[in-house]
Amino acid sequence: MLKINKSNLEKLFNAISEKQNLYIPCNVNGKTNYAVYGEGAQVDLETLKTVKSAKEVFFPQCEDIVSFKRNGKAVEVIDVRKESEDFTVFGVRACDLKSFEILDTVFLSEPVDTYYQTKREHGTVVTLACNYPEESCFCHTFGINASEPKGDVTCWFAGDFLYWQANTEKGLNLTKTVESLFEKATAKDEKEVETEKKEIEKRTEKLPLYDLTTEGWGKDSVLLEKFNSPLWQSLSEACLGCGACTFVCPTCQCYDIKDFDKGHGIQRYRCWDSCMYNDFTMMAHGTPRPTQMQRFRQRFMHKLVYYPKNNEGTFGCVGCGRCVEKCPIHMNITKVMKAFGGKKND
Amino acid sequence: MQKVVDIMKKRALQLLEQGTVNRVLGWKNGDFTYDQTPAVFNSKEEVNELVYNDFSAANLSKYLIAETKKEGKILAFLKPCDTYSFNQLIKEHRINRENVYVIGVECQGKVDVEKVRALGAKGVTGVEVDGETVTAHTLYGDKTFTKESVLMEKCLACKGKTHMAYDELIIVNPVEDKKNDRFKQVEELENMTPDERFAFWQGQLSKCIRCNACRNVCPACSCLKCVFDNPNSGVASKAVPDTFEEQLFHVIRAFHVAGRCTDCGECSRVCPQNIPLHLLNRKFIKDINKFYGEYQAGADTETRAPLTNFTKEDVEPSVISDKGGKA
Repeated sequence: MLKINKSNLEKLFNAISEKQNLYIPCNVNGKTNYAVYGEGAQVDLETLKTVKSAKEVFFPQCEDIVSFKRNGKAVEVIDVRKESEDFTVFGVRACDLKSFEILDTVFLSEPVDTYYQTKREHGTVVTLACNYPEESCFCHTFGINASEPKGDVTCWFAGDFLYWQANTEKGLNLTKTVESLFEKATAKDEKEVETEKKEIEKRTEKLPLYDLTTEGWGKDSVLLEKFNSPLWQSLSEACLGCGACTFVCPTCQCYDIKDFDKGHGIQRYRCWDSCMYNDFTMMAHGTPRPTQMQRFRQRFMHKLVYYPKNNEGTFGCVGCGRCVEKCPIHMNITKVMKAFGGKKND
Repeated sequence: MQKVVDIMKKRALQLLEQGTVNRVLGWKNGDFTYDQTPAVFNSKEEVNELVYNDFSAANLSKYLIAETKKEGKILAFLKPCDTYSFNQLIKEHRINRENVYVIGVECQGKVDVEKVRALGAKGVTGVEVDGETVTAHTLYGDKTFTKESVLMEKCLACKGKTHMAYDELIIVNPVEDKKNDRFKQVEELENMTPDERFAFWQGQLSKCIRCNACRNVCPACSCLKCVFDNPNSGVASKAVPDTFEEQLFHVIRAFHVAGRCTDCGECSRVCPQNIPLHLLNRKFIKDINKFYGEYQAGADTETRAPLTNFTKEDVEPSVISDKGGKA
């Protein structure tokens, strides 16, 4: 384990960003999101929840896929992909890290999404433990430990220092490039990190959503019963049908593919879609979910039943609590889980 | 405040019992006092869950578009600012007035938990308001603030505590209107150079994640099918957070609601990125006041709005520069 004084963090970020792009939570015009580190960047490692999650680094909200250019009768197909360069994303919390695993199962299964794959291969993930979890946090419900995120490198804040522990080859390679800025952590230091981890676990146990349980969800046997529950109607009643929950969500992975007409050609891009939108999965015959209740139900059934059913019980939510904070009408996955009582349905 | 909500519940029960209404529209508590959800209560038992306090900020008027098309009459609790939206929606023939019974409820201004957080309260599990003092209970200890410092942005520009429409009122603690200069922020933007102003809006609007919360919460945005959701319109787009087109979304929306926006402030309240969208609308309101005389959308249900009316006194387009308007 290595350590660096908090006052030298800027040197660390400069050193990383000299060689590659460094994505790090920055406050831009009053809100904190992942951004490329550069001159004047207002790094914000205090805010636990960036508005948009870290998934944007690997799965951007909007991404060009291919271009078509028309020249008379000929159509030229242009591959707009650039060979990705290595980059680092710093400050990823345990919940967001888990979301990468969920996105991996979607995008790296056959047929592999090469746009996503390239970024995953080139990205080194530096995680950061959450010293002070917030009231909307419930990652523990999904078995995530906020005090011990993995990734390629794990970092902890304790006392005046940031502690740095490389976990993978990628992590070791990154460490080599910045090693000169660090000192070696002593046995006493490591003990201090251990103490902080225990403190974090204690704080987690006091969280208001600590008792939230996934019991009664995630199994094939509950699918129809949940799907047909009359509760969806009242739960979805106030839903505005906006996409705030889906766009701040680290695990929402649905996208739409659209074309921009450029006059003499087409720019084909993909962008995040939201199951809350009335044109979600719109097809020639119309939409399979014509009511807001059906679209609302889809979001929660996907995360709590369909996804775990297809992925050996892993839930499609990581408990980051962004939707808890951002829903304009404060209806969210924790309220849905509670409404169903977390009862055993077997 | 407890007293007000008790009276509200009592009246709701009476009206349900008498058969005057068959449903009640209000707010329901969440986990942390500040995370209330608008809700329809269908029975006397359900009415027990009704809450009303310093966090009942959501404007309920828009829900009445759908609710007043249903069977029977609904009781709606509306705050003073909600009644402007209510009137405007009646003027636009979107709400069936005969299918709603309106009880106007008092309002002392609502508290914004985002502001509480921004002032350093982390892990806010509950908030108590006692007069002008706001105490945030957090996972890491209590913190106190003045109410003024954590008031909702929309309440800082309160249009007054008078209800523009109601069948009856519940006011236990009357408060006097506080003077505020709601156009001050607009003036600050007007005083910028065009380049500065462009940079300001570019900085703000490039944060947009196109979640459409502003549009979907807006009582003036009541089109059944928004042009931006219509694939045949040629302008439908879910994409591109920082291009010119993206920035146009908000400008076009502001034009579309100009003269109809009551300045209820919901757009800014719900924006996950805190974009001050209300300032676009307020600029239009200020200009309408200047060119056509004082006008407040939603103050009544009958008068013709300046932008949908013609009089010989109407300004000519050139007046914008004549009167010193900046290009």
